[in-house]
Amino acid sequence: MPTITFTQPTGEATEVTVEEGTSLMRAAVTNGIEGIVGECGGQAMCATCHVFVRPEFAGQLADLSADEDEMLDCTTAERTEASRLGCQIKMSTELDGIVVDVPSDQV
Amino acid sequence: MGNNCADSVLIIGAGQAGIQVADSLRAEGHTGPITVLNNEVHHPYQRPPLSKDYMGVDWPSEPLPLRGPGFLEAKGITMLGAEATSVDTAARTVHLADGTSIGYSQLVFATGAANRQLPCPGADLAGVHALRTLDDALGLQDALSTARKVVVIGAGFIGLEFAAGARTRGLDVTVLEFAQRPMGRALSAMASDWFAARHLADGIDLRLNEGVTAIHDAGEGLSVESTAGRAYPADLVLYGVGVNPRTDLAEAAGLEVQNGIVVDAALQTAVSGVWAVGDCASFQHAASGERMRLESVQNATDQGRHVARTIMGANAAYSETPWFWSTQGPIRLQIAGVSHPGDLPVMIGDPAAGKFSIALLREGKLAAVESVNSPADHIAARKLIGLGLELTAGDITTAGFTFKALAKEVLMVGS
Repeated sequence: MPTITFTQPTGEATEVTVEEGTSLMRAAVTNGIEGIVGECGGQAMCATCHVFVRPEFAGQLADLSADEDEMLDCTTAERTEASRLGCQIKMSTELDGIVVDVPSDQV
Repeated sequence: MGNNCADSVLIIGAGQAGIQVADSLRAEGHTGPITVLNNEVHHPYQRPPLSKDYMGVDWPSEPLPLRGPGFLEAKGITMLGAEATSVDTAARTVHLADGTSIGYSQLVFATGAANRQLPCPGADLAGVHALRTLDDALGLQDALSTARKVVVIGAGFIGLEFAAGARTRGLDVTVLEFAQRPMGRALSAMASDWFAARHLADGIDLRLNEGVTAIHDAGEGLSVESTAGRAYPADLVLYGVGVNPRTDLAEAAGLEVQNGIVVDAALQTAVSGVWAVGDCASFQHAASGERMRLESVQNATDQGRHVARTIMGANAAYSETPWFWSTQGPIRLQIAGVSHPGDLPVMIGDPAAGKFSIALLREGKLAAVESVNSPADHIAARKLIGLGLELTAGDITTAGFTFKALAKEVLMVGS
Protein backbone atom coordinates (compact mmCIF):
# COMPACT_ATOMS: atom_id res chain seq x y z
CA MET A 1 0.00 0.00 0.00
CA PRO A 2 1.38 3.45 -0.90
CA THR A 3 2.58 5.88 1.72
CA ILE A 4 2.26 9.66 1.89
CA THR A 5 4.35 12.04 3.98
CA PHE A 6 2.67 15.27 5.07
CA THR A 7 5.10 17.99 6.17
CA GLN A 8 3.77 20.84 8.29
CA PRO A 9 5.02 24.44 8.11
CA THR A 10 6.82 23.67 11.41
CA GLY A 11 8.79 20.92 9.69
CA GLU A 12 6.99 18.13 11.54
CA ALA A 13 6.41 15.20 9.16
CA THR A 14 3.77 12.47 9.42
CA GLU A 15 3.75 9.35 7.25
CA VAL A 16 0.50 7.53 6.53
CA THR A 17 -0.20 4.37 4.56
CA VAL A 18 -3.39 4.09 2.52
CA GLU A 19 -5.13 1.77 0.08
CA GLU A 20 -4.66 2.39 -3.61
CA GLY A 21 -7.36 4.65 -5.05
CA THR A 22 -7.75 6.65 -1.82
CA SER A 23 -7.50 10.39 -2.35
CA LEU A 24 -4.72 12.27 -0.62
CA MET A 25 -7.36 14.49 1.06
CA ARG A 26 -9.23 11.47 2.46
CA ALA A 27 -5.94 10.01 3.67
CA ALA A 28 -5.18 13.25 5.51
CA VAL A 29 -8.63 13.73 7.02
CA THR A 30 -9.06 10.13 8.19
CA ASN A 31 -5.60 10.22 9.77
CA GLY A 32 -6.15 13.57 11.45
CA ILE A 33 -3.45 15.47 9.57
CA GLU A 34 -3.55 19.07 10.78
CA GLY A 35 -4.16 21.72 8.11
CA ILE A 36 -6.08 19.64 5.55
CA VAL A 37 -9.77 20.44 5.87
CA GLY A 38 -11.66 18.94 2.91
CA GLU A 39 -14.79 20.91 3.73
CA CYS A 40 -16.73 19.90 0.59
CA GLY A 41 -16.07 16.19 1.02
CA GLY A 42 -13.81 15.80 -1.99
CA GLN A 43 -15.80 17.46 -4.77
CA ALA A 44 -13.19 20.10 -5.73
CA MET A 45 -15.64 22.76 -4.59
CA CYS A 46 -13.95 24.40 -1.61
CA ALA A 47 -10.16 24.39 -2.13
CA THR A 48 -9.49 23.62 1.55
CA CYS A 49 -7.32 20.56 0.85
CA HIS A 50 -4.62 22.60 -0.89
CA VAL A 51 -1.14 21.01 -0.76
CA PHE A 52 2.25 21.73 -2.29
CA VAL A 53 3.59 18.61 -4.02
CA ARG A 54 7.39 18.25 -3.90
CA PRO A 55 8.76 18.69 -7.44
CA GLU A 56 10.27 15.20 -7.63
CA PHE A 57 6.73 13.73 -7.53
CA ALA A 58 5.01 16.29 -9.76
CA GLY A 59 5.69 14.27 -12.93
CA GLN A 60 3.82 11.23 -11.59
CA LEU A 61 0.58 13.14 -11.00
CA ALA A 62 -2.35 13.21 -13.39
CA ASP A 63 -2.61 16.50 -15.29
CA LEU A 64 -4.56 19.36 -13.76
CA SER A 65 -8.19 19.31 -14.84
CA ALA A 66 -9.77 22.64 -15.83
CA ASP A 67 -11.92 22.47 -12.68
CA GLU A 68 -8.98 21.91 -10.36
CA ASP A 69 -7.00 24.63 -12.11
CA GLU A 70 -9.82 27.14 -11.63
CA MET A 71 -10.42 26.17 -7.99
CA LEU A 72 -6.70 26.55 -7.20
CA ASP A 73 -7.11 30.24 -7.96
CA CYS A 74 -9.00 30.66 -4.70
CA THR A 75 -6.75 28.95 -2.19
CA THR A 76 -6.11 30.83 1.04
CA ALA A 77 -2.34 30.29 1.01
CA GLU A 78 -0.95 31.65 -2.24
CA ARG A 79 -0.89 29.26 -5.18
CA THR A 80 2.48 28.15 -6.54
CA GLU A 81 3.56 25.81 -9.34
CA ALA A 82 3.51 22.99 -6.78
CA SER A 83 -0.13 23.60 -5.76
CA ARG A 84 -2.69 20.80 -6.10
CA LEU A 85 -5.98 19.89 -4.44
CA GLY A 86 -5.53 16.81 -2.28
CA CYS A 87 -9.00 15.53 -3.19
CA GLN A 88 -7.94 15.22 -6.85
CA ILE A 89 -4.80 13.15 -6.15
CA LYS A 90 -5.66 9.44 -6.22
CA MET A 91 -2.99 7.34 -4.55
CA SER A 92 -1.33 4.60 -6.61
CA THR A 93 1.84 2.53 -6.44
CA GLU A 94 3.50 5.10 -8.74
CA LEU A 95 2.89 7.75 -6.07
CA ASP A 96 4.26 5.59 -3.23
CA GLY A 97 6.45 7.75 -0.99
CA ILE A 98 5.01 11.08 -2.16
CA VAL A 99 5.88 14.06 0.03
CA VAL A 100 3.58 17.07 0.24
CA ASP A 101 3.86 20.31 2.20
CA VAL A 102 0.77 21.49 4.07
CA PRO A 103 0.13 25.24 3.73
CA SER A 104 -0.11 27.48 6.78
CA ASP A 105 -3.76 28.34 6.07
CA GLN A 106 -6.76 26.72 4.37
CA VAL A 107 -9.64 29.06 5.26
CA MET B 1 -18.31 41.74 25.07
CA GLY B 2 -15.65 40.37 27.34
CA ASN B 3 -13.32 37.49 26.75
CA ASN B 4 -14.89 34.20 27.76
CA CYS B 5 -11.89 32.04 27.02
CA ALA B 6 -12.28 29.82 30.08
CA ASP B 7 -16.10 29.47 29.96
CA SER B 8 -17.57 26.01 29.68
CA VAL B 9 -19.20 25.66 26.26
CA LEU B 10 -21.87 23.08 25.48
CA ILE B 11 -22.69 22.39 21.83
CA ILE B 12 -25.85 20.48 20.92
CA GLY B 13 -25.17 18.68 17.64
CA ALA B 14 -22.08 17.03 16.14
CA GLY B 15 -22.64 17.92 12.50
CA GLN B 16 -20.60 20.30 10.39
CA ALA B 17 -21.66 23.39 12.40
CA GLY B 18 -21.25 21.94 15.89
CA ILE B 19 -17.84 20.41 15.25
CA GLN B 20 -16.68 23.66 13.63
CA VAL B 21 -17.61 25.66 16.73
CA ALA B 22 -15.54 23.31 18.91
CA ASP B 23 -12.59 23.31 16.51
CA SER B 24 -12.59 27.10 16.06
CA LEU B 25 -12.86 27.76 19.81
CA ARG B 26 -9.64 25.83 20.38
CA ALA B 27 -8.00 27.49 17.36
CA GLU B 28 -8.91 30.90 18.85
CA GLY B 29 -7.31 29.96 22.17
CA HIS B 30 -10.30 28.85 24.23
CA THR B 31 -9.05 26.95 27.29
CA GLY B 32 -12.28 26.02 29.10
CA PRO B 33 -14.22 22.78 28.86
CA ILE B 34 -15.97 22.08 25.54
CA THR B 35 -18.63 19.38 25.29
CA VAL B 36 -20.38 18.26 22.12
CA LEU B 37 -23.59 16.20 22.21
CA ASN B 38 -23.77 13.67 19.38
CA ASN B 39 -27.14 11.96 18.89
CA GLU B 40 -25.79 9.54 16.27
CA VAL B 41 -23.76 6.42 17.05
CA HIS B 42 -21.13 7.26 14.43
CA HIS B 43 -18.02 9.39 14.77
CA PRO B 44 -18.97 12.81 13.25
CA TYR B 45 -18.96 12.51 9.45
CA GLN B 46 -19.56 14.55 6.31
CA ARG B 47 -23.06 14.38 4.88
CA PRO B 48 -22.71 15.92 1.38
CA PRO B 49 -21.03 12.85 -0.20
CA LEU B 50 -23.88 10.59 0.98
CA SER B 51 -26.22 11.69 -1.82
CA LYS B 52 -23.42 11.97 -4.41
CA ASP B 53 -20.42 9.54 -4.55
CA TYR B 54 -22.22 7.14 -2.22
CA MET B 55 -25.02 6.50 -4.69
CA GLY B 56 -22.83 5.95 -7.77
CA VAL B 57 -21.14 2.77 -8.92
CA ASP B 58 -17.86 3.12 -7.07
CA TRP B 59 -18.76 4.20 -3.56
CA PRO B 60 -16.24 4.67 -0.76
CA SER B 61 -16.11 1.93 1.86
CA GLU B 62 -15.77 4.30 4.81
CA PRO B 63 -17.56 7.57 5.62
CA LEU B 64 -15.46 10.70 5.43
CA PRO B 65 -15.00 11.95 9.00
CA LEU B 66 -15.44 15.64 9.83
CA ARG B 67 -12.17 15.38 11.77
CA GLY B 68 -9.76 12.52 12.31
CA PRO B 69 -10.29 9.94 15.06
CA GLY B 70 -7.74 11.44 17.46
CA PHE B 71 -8.88 15.03 16.95
CA LEU B 72 -11.33 15.39 19.82
CA GLU B 73 -8.94 13.91 22.36
CA ALA B 74 -6.00 15.97 21.09
CA LYS B 75 -8.03 19.18 21.41
CA GLY B 76 -9.51 18.30 24.79
CA ILE B 77 -13.06 18.23 23.42
CA THR B 78 -15.52 15.90 25.17
CA MET B 79 -18.07 14.19 22.97
CA LEU B 80 -21.08 12.56 24.57
CA GLY B 81 -23.31 10.14 22.71
CA ALA B 82 -26.44 11.66 24.15
CA GLU B 83 -29.74 13.25 23.26
CA ALA B 84 -30.71 16.49 24.99
CA THR B 85 -34.30 16.43 26.21
CA SER B 86 -34.70 19.92 27.67
CA VAL B 87 -32.83 23.16 28.22
CA ASP B 88 -33.19 25.44 31.24
CA THR B 89 -31.65 28.75 30.22
CA ALA B 90 -32.25 30.33 33.64
CA ALA B 91 -30.31 27.57 35.42
CA ARG B 92 -27.91 27.24 32.44
CA THR B 93 -28.46 23.50 32.40
CA VAL B 94 -29.22 20.91 29.71
CA HIS B 95 -31.04 17.72 30.67
CA LEU B 96 -30.20 14.49 28.84
CA ALA B 97 -32.25 11.42 27.92
CA ASP B 98 -30.34 9.24 30.42
CA GLY B 99 -31.58 11.43 33.31
CA THR B 100 -28.32 13.28 33.86
CA SER B 101 -27.75 16.98 33.23
CA ILE B 102 -24.88 19.27 32.26
CA GLY B 103 -24.30 22.91 33.18
CA TYR B 104 -22.85 25.48 30.78
CA SER B 105 -21.75 29.08 30.50
CA GLN B 106 -22.24 29.26 26.72
CA LEU B 107 -24.74 27.09 24.85
CA VAL B 108 -24.70 26.57 21.08
CA PHE B 109 -27.63 25.04 19.22
CA ALA B 110 -26.26 23.19 16.18
CA THR B 111 -29.22 20.85 15.95
CA GLY B 112 -29.49 20.87 12.15
CA ALA B 113 -32.59 19.84 10.28
CA ALA B 114 -34.77 16.76 9.89
CA ASN B 115 -36.31 15.42 6.69
CA ARG B 116 -39.93 16.26 6.09
CA GLN B 117 -42.04 13.14 6.06
CA LEU B 118 -43.82 12.12 2.89
CA PRO B 119 -47.44 13.09 3.52
CA CYS B 120 -49.17 10.23 1.71
CA PRO B 121 -50.42 6.70 2.46
CA GLY B 122 -47.74 4.05 2.09
CA ALA B 123 -44.83 6.31 3.02
CA ASP B 124 -43.80 3.81 5.72
CA LEU B 125 -43.71 0.73 3.45
CA ALA B 126 -40.49 -1.28 3.17
CA GLY B 127 -38.60 -0.06 0.10
CA VAL B 128 -39.48 3.61 0.69
CA HIS B 129 -36.36 5.51 1.74
CA ALA B 130 -35.30 8.96 2.87
CA LEU B 131 -31.67 10.13 2.85
CA ARG B 132 -30.03 12.17 5.55
CA THR B 133 -27.80 9.99 7.72
CA LEU B 134 -24.98 7.54 7.09
CA ASP B 135 -27.33 4.71 8.09
CA ASP B 136 -29.84 5.92 5.47
CA ALA B 137 -27.07 5.90 2.83
CA LEU B 138 -25.89 2.40 3.77
CA GLY B 139 -29.48 1.14 3.54
CA LEU B 140 -29.83 2.74 0.10
CA GLN B 141 -26.58 1.19 -1.14
CA ASP B 142 -27.99 -2.24 -0.28
CA ALA B 143 -31.29 -1.44 -1.96
CA LEU B 144 -29.58 -0.04 -5.08
CA SER B 145 -27.55 -3.19 -5.57
CA THR B 146 -30.70 -5.21 -6.34
CA ALA B 147 -33.08 -2.51 -7.64
CA ARG B 148 -34.04 -2.07 -11.31
CA LYS B 149 -36.80 0.51 -11.25
CA VAL B 150 -36.39 3.57 -9.05
CA VAL B 151 -38.96 6.28 -8.36
CA VAL B 152 -37.72 9.52 -6.80
CA ILE B 153 -40.26 11.81 -5.17
CA GLY B 154 -39.17 15.46 -5.22
CA ALA B 155 -36.82 17.09 -7.75
CA GLY B 156 -34.79 19.04 -5.22
CA PHE B 157 -31.03 18.70 -4.73
CA ILE B 158 -31.19 15.39 -2.85
CA GLY B 159 -33.68 13.84 -5.26
CA LEU B 160 -31.74 14.81 -8.37
CA GLU B 161 -28.32 13.92 -6.97
CA PHE B 162 -29.68 10.51 -6.06
CA ALA B 163 -31.46 10.13 -9.42
CA ALA B 164 -28.26 10.95 -11.33
CA GLY B 165 -26.32 8.41 -9.23
CA ALA B 166 -28.94 5.73 -9.87
CA ARG B 167 -28.74 6.48 -13.63
CA THR B 168 -24.96 5.95 -13.62
CA ARG B 169 -25.75 2.49 -12.24
CA GLY B 170 -27.95 1.89 -15.29
CA LEU B 171 -31.26 1.82 -13.42
CA ASP B 172 -34.61 3.04 -14.75
CA VAL B 173 -35.26 6.31 -12.91
CA THR B 174 -38.50 8.30 -12.75
CA VAL B 175 -38.60 11.57 -10.82
CA LEU B 176 -41.97 13.02 -9.76
CA GLU B 177 -42.12 16.71 -8.84
CA PHE B 178 -45.38 18.41 -7.96
CA ALA B 179 -44.03 21.87 -8.81
CA GLN B 180 -43.48 23.32 -12.26
CA ARG B 181 -39.68 23.22 -12.11
CA PRO B 182 -36.90 21.15 -10.52
CA MET B 183 -34.99 22.84 -7.65
CA GLY B 184 -37.48 25.67 -8.06
CA ARG B 185 -36.92 27.25 -4.66
CA ALA B 186 -33.16 27.46 -5.04
CA LEU B 187 -32.59 28.21 -8.73
CA SER B 188 -33.67 30.81 -11.28
CA ALA B 189 -36.24 29.56 -13.80
CA MET B 190 -33.55 29.80 -16.51
CA ALA B 191 -31.18 27.45 -14.66
CA SER B 192 -33.97 25.17 -13.53
CA ASP B 193 -35.27 24.75 -17.10
CA TRP B 194 -31.76 23.88 -18.32
CA PHE B 195 -31.46 21.16 -15.65
CA ALA B 196 -34.87 19.74 -16.53
CA ALA B 197 -33.90 19.38 -20.19
CA ARG B 198 -30.48 17.96 -19.35
CA HIS B 199 -31.81 15.28 -16.98
CA LEU B 200 -34.41 14.23 -19.57
CA ALA B 201 -31.66 14.00 -22.19
CA ASP B 202 -29.59 11.85 -19.79
CA GLY B 203 -32.44 9.37 -19.56
CA ILE B 204 -34.16 10.39 -16.33
CA ASP B 205 -37.93 10.33 -16.74
CA LEU B 206 -38.53 13.69 -15.03
CA ARG B 207 -42.23 14.42 -14.61
CA LEU B 208 -43.09 17.94 -13.50
CA ASN B 209 -46.46 19.17 -12.20
CA GLU B 210 -47.03 15.63 -10.96
CA GLY B 211 -47.19 14.79 -7.26
CA VAL B 212 -47.72 11.55 -5.38
CA THR B 213 -51.03 10.49 -3.90
CA ALA B 214 -50.18 7.06 -2.47
CA ILE B 215 -47.68 4.21 -2.49
CA HIS B 216 -48.99 0.64 -2.55
CA ASP B 217 -47.42 -2.73 -1.98
CA ALA B 218 -48.00 -4.39 -5.36
CA GLY B 219 -46.79 -7.82 -4.30
CA GLU B 220 -43.63 -7.95 -6.42
CA GLY B 221 -42.58 -4.41 -5.57
CA LEU B 222 -44.19 -1.05 -5.02
CA SER B 223 -46.60 1.03 -7.05
CA VAL B 224 -46.41 4.81 -6.84
CA GLU B 225 -49.64 6.57 -7.74
CA SER B 226 -49.49 10.12 -8.99
CA THR B 227 -51.80 13.13 -9.10
CA ALA B 228 -52.00 12.58 -12.88
CA GLY B 229 -53.69 9.23 -12.25
CA ARG B 230 -50.69 7.18 -13.35
CA ALA B 231 -49.11 4.29 -11.45
CA TYR B 232 -45.33 3.77 -11.55
CA PRO B 233 -43.89 0.38 -10.61
CA ALA B 234 -40.79 0.61 -8.41
CA ASP B 235 -38.59 -1.61 -6.33
CA LEU B 236 -36.99 1.39 -4.65
CA VAL B 237 -38.60 4.72 -3.76
CA LEU B 238 -36.52 7.65 -2.50
CA TYR B 239 -38.21 10.81 -1.29
CA GLY B 240 -36.58 14.18 -0.76
CA VAL B 241 -39.32 16.70 -0.05
CA GLY B 242 -37.43 19.24 2.02
CA VAL B 243 -36.44 19.56 5.65
CA ASN B 244 -37.61 21.23 8.82
CA PRO B 245 -35.11 22.89 11.16
CA ARG B 246 -34.78 21.00 14.45
CA THR B 247 -36.09 23.64 16.83
CA ASP B 248 -38.17 21.69 19.37
CA LEU B 249 -35.63 21.95 22.19
CA ALA B 250 -35.15 25.68 21.68
CA GLU B 251 -38.87 26.34 21.44
CA ALA B 252 -39.59 24.37 24.62
CA ALA B 253 -36.87 26.42 26.33
CA GLY B 254 -38.81 29.58 25.50
CA LEU B 255 -36.55 30.80 22.70
CA GLU B 256 -38.14 32.50 19.69
CA VAL B 257 -38.60 30.19 16.70
CA GLN B 258 -39.68 31.31 13.24
CA ASN B 259 -38.61 28.83 10.58
CA GLY B 260 -35.46 28.33 12.66
CA ILE B 261 -34.10 29.47 16.00
CA VAL B 262 -34.15 33.26 15.80
CA VAL B 263 -30.73 34.85 16.31
CA ASP B 264 -29.39 38.38 15.84
CA ALA B 265 -26.63 39.59 13.53
CA ALA B 266 -24.01 38.08 15.87
CA LEU B 267 -25.92 34.72 15.81
CA GLN B 268 -26.99 35.06 19.46
CA THR B 269 -30.55 34.36 20.63
CA ALA B 270 -32.42 36.82 22.85
CA VAL B 271 -30.79 35.02 25.82
CA SER B 272 -27.20 36.13 26.38
CA GLY B 273 -24.74 33.28 25.94
CA VAL B 274 -27.15 31.13 23.90
CA TRP B 275 -26.37 30.86 20.18
CA ALA B 276 -27.59 29.01 17.09
CA VAL B 277 -25.62 28.07 13.96
CA GLY B 278 -26.13 26.21 10.70
CA ASP B 279 -29.31 24.65 9.31
CA CYS B 280 -31.32 25.34 12.50
CA ALA B 281 -30.63 29.09 12.71
CA SER B 282 -32.81 31.90 11.35
CA PHE B 283 -30.43 34.84 11.14
CA GLN B 284 -30.25 38.41 9.91
CA HIS B 285 -27.70 38.57 7.10
CA ALA B 286 -25.67 41.74 7.62
CA ALA B 287 -24.77 42.43 3.98
CA SER B 288 -28.28 42.06 2.55
CA GLY B 289 -30.36 42.86 5.63
CA GLU B 290 -32.53 39.81 4.89
CA ARG B 291 -33.61 37.29 7.49
CA MET B 292 -32.77 33.83 6.20
CA ARG B 293 -32.12 30.22 7.10
CA LEU B 294 -29.69 28.33 4.91
CA GLU B 295 -28.92 24.64 4.52
CA SER B 296 -25.32 24.37 3.39
CA VAL B 297 -21.82 23.39 4.45
CA GLN B 298 -20.55 26.93 3.92
CA ASN B 299 -23.26 28.37 6.17
CA ALA B 300 -22.60 25.77 8.87
CA THR B 301 -18.83 26.21 8.95
CA ASP B 302 -18.71 30.01 8.54
CA GLN B 303 -21.34 30.48 11.26
CA GLY B 304 -19.48 28.02 13.49
CA ARG B 305 -16.29 30.04 13.11
CA HIS B 306 -18.19 33.29 13.68
CA VAL B 307 -19.75 32.18 16.97
CA ALA B 308 -16.42 30.83 18.22
CA ARG B 309 -14.74 34.19 17.53
CA THR B 310 -17.64 36.06 19.15
CA ILE B 311 -17.51 33.93 22.30
CA MET B 312 -13.80 34.73 22.40
CA GLY B 313 -14.55 38.47 22.40
CA ALA B 314 -14.85 39.55 18.74
CA ASN B 315 -17.70 41.92 17.98
CA ALA B 316 -18.89 41.70 14.37
CA ALA B 317 -22.05 41.00 12.42
CA TYR B 318 -22.13 37.78 10.40
CA SER B 319 -21.87 38.74 6.72
CA GLU B 320 -20.27 35.91 4.72
CA THR B 321 -21.53 35.51 1.14
CA PRO B 322 -23.56 32.27 1.00
CA TRP B 323 -22.50 29.62 -1.49
CA PHE B 324 -23.80 26.18 -2.37
CA TRP B 325 -22.95 23.28 -4.63
CA SER B 326 -24.51 20.18 -6.09
CA THR B 327 -23.14 17.45 -8.32
CA GLN B 328 -25.65 15.58 -10.45
CA GLY B 329 -23.86 12.95 -12.49
CA PRO B 330 -21.30 14.86 -14.60
CA ILE B 331 -22.94 18.24 -13.90
CA ARG B 332 -21.30 20.52 -11.37
CA LEU B 333 -23.56 23.29 -10.08
CA GLN B 334 -22.16 26.06 -7.92
CA ILE B 335 -24.23 28.95 -6.61
CA ALA B 336 -22.94 32.17 -5.03
CA GLY B 337 -25.44 34.42 -3.29
CA VAL B 338 -29.18 33.87 -2.85
CA SER B 339 -31.49 34.59 -5.78
CA HIS B 340 -35.02 36.00 -5.58
CA PRO B 341 -37.90 35.25 -7.96
CA GLY B 342 -37.88 38.80 -9.38
CA ASP B 343 -34.14 38.95 -10.22
CA LEU B 344 -33.11 39.63 -13.83
CA PRO B 345 -31.28 36.58 -15.24
CA VAL B 346 -28.41 37.11 -17.67
CA MET B 347 -26.81 34.12 -19.41
CA ILE B 348 -23.07 34.05 -20.07
CA GLY B 349 -21.32 31.08 -21.63
CA ASP B 350 -22.58 28.14 -23.67
CA PRO B 351 -25.64 26.31 -22.29
CA ALA B 352 -25.70 23.92 -25.27
CA ALA B 353 -22.19 22.77 -24.32
CA GLY B 354 -23.16 22.54 -20.63
CA LYS B 355 -20.72 25.25 -19.50
CA PHE B 356 -22.26 28.57 -18.48
CA SER B 357 -23.25 30.90 -15.68
CA ILE B 358 -26.41 32.85 -15.04
CA ALA B 359 -26.02 36.20 -13.30
CA LEU B 360 -28.99 37.37 -11.26
CA LEU B 361 -29.26 41.14 -11.10
CA ARG B 362 -31.35 42.94 -8.49
CA GLU B 363 -31.77 46.72 -8.44
CA GLY B 364 -28.84 47.08 -10.83
CA LYS B 365 -26.50 45.03 -8.68
CA LEU B 366 -25.11 41.50 -8.80
CA ALA B 367 -27.17 39.43 -6.31
CA ALA B 368 -26.29 35.84 -7.22
CA VAL B 369 -24.50 33.74 -9.84
CA GLU B 370 -25.44 30.18 -10.78
CA SER B 371 -22.56 28.36 -12.48
CA VAL B 372 -22.68 25.05 -14.35
CA ASN B 373 -19.29 23.45 -14.94
CA SER B 374 -17.73 26.92 -14.60
CA PRO B 375 -15.83 27.13 -11.30
CA ALA B 376 -13.85 30.22 -12.33
CA ASP B 377 -17.09 32.21 -12.63
CA HIS B 378 -18.23 30.89 -9.27
CA ILE B 379 -15.05 31.74 -7.42
CA ALA B 380 -15.02 35.26 -8.88
CA ALA B 381 -18.72 35.71 -8.04
CA ARG B 382 -18.11 34.78 -4.42
CA LYS B 383 -15.65 37.66 -4.23
CA LEU B 384 -17.86 40.13 -6.13
CA ILE B 385 -21.24 39.59 -4.46
CA GLY B 386 -21.44 41.65 -1.34
CA LEU B 387 -19.32 44.48 -2.78
CA GLY B 388 -22.53 46.15 -3.95
CA LEU B 389 -21.14 46.59 -7.44
CA GLU B 390 -23.33 48.26 -10.09
CA LEU B 391 -23.68 45.89 -13.03
CA THR B 392 -26.02 45.81 -16.04
CA ALA B 393 -27.07 43.05 -18.42
CA GLY B 394 -25.22 45.00 -21.11
CA ASP B 395 -21.96 44.87 -19.10
CA ILE B 396 -22.22 41.11 -18.75
CA THR B 397 -23.06 40.38 -22.39
CA THR B 398 -20.28 42.63 -23.71
CA ALA B 399 -17.75 40.55 -25.69
CA GLY B 400 -14.78 39.62 -23.53
CA PHE B 401 -16.56 40.00 -20.17
CA THR B 402 -15.65 37.44 -17.54
CA PHE B 403 -16.39 37.46 -13.82
CA LYS B 404 -12.78 36.52 -13.20
CA ALA B 405 -11.45 39.58 -15.04
CA LEU B 406 -13.97 41.81 -13.28
CA ALA B 407 -13.00 40.44 -9.86
CA LYS B 408 -9.34 40.98 -10.63
CA GLU B 409 -9.97 44.56 -11.73
CA VAL B 410 -12.23 45.47 -8.80
CA LEU B 411 -10.12 43.81 -6.10
CA MET B 412 -6.87 45.30 -7.46
CA VAL B 413 -8.38 48.78 -7.30
CA GLY B 414 -9.72 48.11 -3.83
CA SER B 415 -6.44 46.85 -2.37
